[in-house]
Amino acid sequence: MAEPRIQIERPLSPHLGIYHFSITMAMSILHRITGCALYFGTLLLVWWLLAASSSARQFDIVSAVFASWFGQLVLLGYTWALLHHMLGGIRHFIWDTLRGLEPGDREFLAYATMVGSVVLTLVVWMLGYMLKS
Amino acid sequence: MKTPFARVRGLGTAHSGTEHFWMQRVTGVANLLLIIAFLAVIVNLVGSSQASVIATLSNPFVAMILFAALISVLIHMRLGMQVVIEDYVHTELRKIALLMANTFFTLAVGIAAAYAILKINFGL
Repeated sequence: MAEPRIQIERPLSPHLGIYHFSITMAMSILHRITGCALYFGTLLLVWWLLAASSSARQFDIVSAVFASWFGQLVLLGYTWALLHHMLGGIRHFIWDTLRGLEPGDREFLAYATMVGSVVLTLVVWMLGYMLKS
Repeated sequence: MKTPFARVRGLGTAHSGTEHFWMQRVTGVANLLLIIAFLAVIVNLVGSSQASVIATLSNPFVAMILFAALISVLIHMRLGMQVVIEDYVHTELRKIALLMANTFFTLAVGIAAAYAILKINFGL
């Protein structure tokens, strides 16, 4: 015989809404968002590779799109997403060794990820423009 | 009934252990090195003509780095997106469909990129 189900009011785990903003939280969220952006951004790389391998016309189209202000904005954002995700990954490697988890250290790593990603993006783009043929 | 041994062998309801975590670390380390190399190539190709892009990508060393990066990145991004899907999609059918789409997308990107690199190296 089936016993009547007893409803138990179990506590729910606190959800996103109850947390106040913290820099470590922001970097964690950005790590995920940049990861997703990089995922779909691989299509840009595929487009470029296929165009380079197909015809002069196709290559000119992709070059023109990438060189337009909108294309440059997307590629700049893509570079930043890549470098932010890369530094976020390094942060995870540091945590994997059980270092950098203390209060203060965590925040330092979070700010370093943010500042580092912007600085590295600018360095990469300056190099790109300096070496531009 | 499941004995504790059977449960350990089957690794419980998750059906897998730490492979996902470990693979994400291994490919993460590989990505770190390969993407730096990739960025060096890209930075050198800014504004280049199609001929010089093809010449650079036809360099055996560049082509092999590109292939290595492709494999490592594809594994890494598929695992990452899998976690995102598992975190946010709770309807079983939708989840399975999206996990499948994740695999298909990854393979499509890989095949298209590999095709282009091979064509540049051997087919032009």
